[in-house]
Amino acid sequence: MTFTVTPLRRWRITRRKLLKGGMGLLAAGAWARFFGFFRHARAAETVRPPSTITTRLRINGRDNTFKLDSRVTLLDALREHAGLTGSKKGCDHGQCGACTVHVNGRRVLSCLTLAATADGKDVATIEGLAEGKKLHPVQQAFVDHDAFQCGYCTPGQIMSAVACIKEKHAETDADIREYMSGNLCRCAAYPKIVAAIKQARGATERG
Amino acid sequence: MLNKADLETNASIDGGMGQAKPHDSAHLHVAGEATYTDDIREPRGCLYAYVLKSPHAHAKIKKLDVSACSIPGVHAVMTAKDIPGVNDAAPVVGGDPIFAESEVLYAGQSIFAVAADSVDIARKAAAKAVVEYEPLPAILNTHDAIKAKKFVGDTYVMAQGDSTVLKKSKHQFHGAIDIGGQDHFYLEGQIALATPLENGEFHCWSSTQHPSEVQHLIAKMLKIPDHLVTVEVRRMGGAFGGKESQASLIACIAAALAWKSKRPVKLRLDRDDDMLMTGKRHPFHISWDVGFNDEGLIEGIDFTQAADAGMSPDLSNAIADRAMFHADNCYYLGNSKVTSYRCFTHKVSNTAFRGFGGPQGMLAMEYVIDDIARQLGKDPQAIRKVNLYDPKGKLKDRCTTHYGMTVEDNIIADIFAKIEKTGDYAKRREEIARFNRTSKILKKGLALTPVKFGISFTLTMLNQAGALVHVYKDGTVQLNHGGTEMGQGLHTKVAQVVADVFQIDLDKVRVTATNTSKVPNTSATAASSGSDLNGKAAEAACVTIRDRLIDFAVGHFGVKKDNVRFTPAGVQVDGKMLSFKELVQLAYTNRVSLSSTGFYKTPKIDWDRPKAKGRPFYYFAYGAAITEVIVDTLTGEYNFLRADLLHDVGRSLNPAIDIGQIEGGFVQGVGWLTSEELWWNEKGELKTHAPSTYKIPTGRDIPKDFRVALFDGDNQEETIYRSKAVGEPPLMLGISAFLAIRDAVAACGKPHCLPPLMAPATPENVLKAIQAVQA
Ligand code: FES
Ligand code: FES
Repeated sequence: MTFTVTPLRRWRITRRKLLKGGMGLLAAGAWARFFGFFRHARAAETVRPPSTITTRLRINGRDNTFKLDSRVTLLDALREHAGLTGSKKGCDHGQCGACTVHVNGRRVLSCLTLAATADGKDVATIEGLAEGKKLHPVQQAFVDHDAFQCGYCTPGQIMSAVACIKEKHAETDADIREYMSGNLCRCAAYPKIVAAIKQARGATERG
Repeated sequence: MLNKADLETNASIDGGMGQAKPHDSAHLHVAGEATYTDDIREPRGCLYAYVLKSPHAHAKIKKLDVSACSIPGVHAVMTAKDIPGVNDAAPVVGGDPIFAESEVLYAGQSIFAVAADSVDIARKAAAKAVVEYEPLPAILNTHDAIKAKKFVGDTYVMAQGDSTVLKKSKHQFHGAIDIGGQDHFYLEGQIALATPLENGEFHCWSSTQHPSEVQHLIAKMLKIPDHLVTVEVRRMGGAFGGKESQASLIACIAAALAWKSKRPVKLRLDRDDDMLMTGKRHPFHISWDVGFNDEGLIEGIDFTQAADAGMSPDLSNAIADRAMFHADNCYYLGNSKVTSYRCFTHKVSNTAFRGFGGPQGMLAMEYVIDDIARQLGKDPQAIRKVNLYDPKGKLKDRCTTHYGMTVEDNIIADIFAKIEKTGDYAKRREEIARFNRTSKILKKGLALTPVKFGISFTLTMLNQAGALVHVYKDGTVQLNHGGTEMGQGLHTKVAQVVADVFQIDLDKVRVTATNTSKVPNTSATAASSGSDLNGKAAEAACVTIRDRLIDFAVGHFGVKKDNVRFTPAGVQVDGKMLSFKELVQLAYTNRVSLSSTGFYKTPKIDWDRPKAKGRPFYYFAYGAAITEVIVDTLTGEYNFLRADLLHDVGRSLNPAIDIGQIEGGFVQGVGWLTSEELWWNEKGELKTHAPSTYKIPTGRDIPKDFRVALFDGDNQEETIYRSKAVGEPPLMLGISAFLAIRDAVAACGKPHCLPPLMAPATPENVLKAIQAVQA
């Protein structure tokens, strides 16, 4: 039996399991410390002048080249520079999951990923999930189950869910809850999110 | 013209009232295309703001010099002195300065703000200001506030009969509970984007539940008339009460900087700043003296409620009132007195949060019931039942609340009967007792708690709403109403009302962003009243247009009024059938107005606050929940095994949305009472100001076995479609989770023990309570 409530411990367990699961969040975890340093530096008076670097991102199958401050996060690159506002900034701390995107097929928290580290990689966001008018099975399942209220967490939930199914971490309800626990939903649409992922899992397997 | 076959195949419209339709923005949400304020394309020349906050809970500002802030890239700095009008963003009464003047009253209070080409520059510039403080002693809890007689409102009493008779009861006791606050943690933080327009006008996108108030406060701050300010909100990424009054400060700062720089300004609070700067659910300390007989029947009760209001009144007086209104929950109190202190503390001003004080009042009452049951060695359900308001109204004297309202719609006994059966209450109670006899370390607990929640703003004036409906020549409809969408599905529900009146499919109705230039003088979307009020206002507007169309058809076709009917297949005029579009076109050609406003005010309510008597609520919404928990008594950690929820939404306007609200409300209530702990240090600094330290429920924290059902029954009052409000009431179903934990803790002690479990029941608090009952 797992007990879940001590906040810090819960977080650690979740992280450990997620990391064991070999997800892109490992990279995110490591960046957290690294990035924390930059954040600090940014606030200080003696901040060094920004160094601009050229960053190439293949976003939803299209090549983009940006000239970015080397400290810009992938989330800001997407939202502010690529004009893709589907990925949301819930906390900017790597703790809510609203900014989840895929980098080379793995889910990462884009607020904890420097855009520069995604240079030359494939970035998939919520905007690129549907094929034309045809929704991805996970998107369709979220509509079918009304798996949201305010919808602010939804893009992150869906990107996480797509990866979760691919990782084969959606086999049981308990698995889904565990491997989706990095995606907070304050409206607590959790029961419907689990139901949607179950439906989508079936659809992806069949399809 | 349609033929008869169409009429038969079209039995009902798609998306009328009572249908489980997905949220109107569903397809946008899943595609990442739903626009929140932060996603709006910024106007040319947009600047970004940063607010400097006070590091002290209480201090004098000895010096504030912002001259060094004007570094390259900075376009405006605003301090209190620069405000042309009134420096206040408070609702109701004042006390919430936009920028601190000579004194700061909480750590996190805004001192001044900078607008620059980027947030980074603004932040760097703000750090250059010279601010000198002289720290002063701070009051940080209700106890010290009462001692110092520091309040944000007058102490208020509601009473019935003579509560002192409790001293004559066979059983009496005194008890108390500390109840923690709660951060809203709306996933979309506070944000506003203000743009100066021509001729002194301003437009502001604001993530607010109360656009009209934001409009008014911006105007007051800039010393301009209200008609120069337009506030708009497409949707919010959650609000839960946290954007009822708190959004005003953010919008005012953005507008102040826009005014000074003459450029658009966006202010988006960081998560930490958001949690430090904006108010939360009120922490309470509630104590009681109660007298009861051998049956557990309450003979007299005296509650003292102390609300931690923080540094200003904000909405605290109304919130503390509601805590008093719900001090009875579902029970007839008889000889009773409720005294309420609205304590001033040097903390951020606490504010509305789903339930608006009701949850705290109700939790204390349920705690009392639990204590009575434990003292008498009876099942709490037995105590609940003897104390219920008389459901049949036979015993007239057991139907009156401590504020003089007659409970006319009590259905809690029916809800009990049903949930006890579907939730297998008695059998599980026995199984758990058996489990606990043999299990040393793991203990289970079970609790069934009811909810009775009053629906209406308790300030009668606020119970009004407006709507604006346009029918276009192609037969499509645009709807605007005063309510705001924060995820509760309000726009979907109101659109369903419109579809139903015209008998057209839901996809023909488009709800536009809430906008103060379309519907003026609105109340906040709050008090769960959104669909009650705006649904009725929209209905009124539609009925006006429909009546015009009918009158037109009567004249044009020379038929009787009764023979013009709006049906799913179209409009039937005698034997003929016209599509809605055809009739609309015909009416337009004949110069019939196809646009109308609608207005609604809630009937029957009548509250005399000075006398503390009357009918503050139009009706009550009811519900009950059974929660089962297992506790590790060595660590205090626990898991919820099962929860059964049965909730009354009257006749549901949209069952899919209502069930989501019930599940979400319950989980949020459970979070409040379990993992969500706000912690201030001795200097009055909030240390749980990010999701790393402040834990809202995740997907793993919901009960393993989670069953939610709607109670079948109409609202006996004439609400829209006989539905009931659903936003807030289910939150209080979470009380069952707290009392289930308490039940498991009690299993660690001797019979009749009263576990001193405080809220939130963090593992630490659970462990403390276990140690207390084992001592
Ligand atoms: S915004 Fe990236 S995890 Fe919250
Ligand atoms: S739907 Fe609102 S946060 Fe998930």
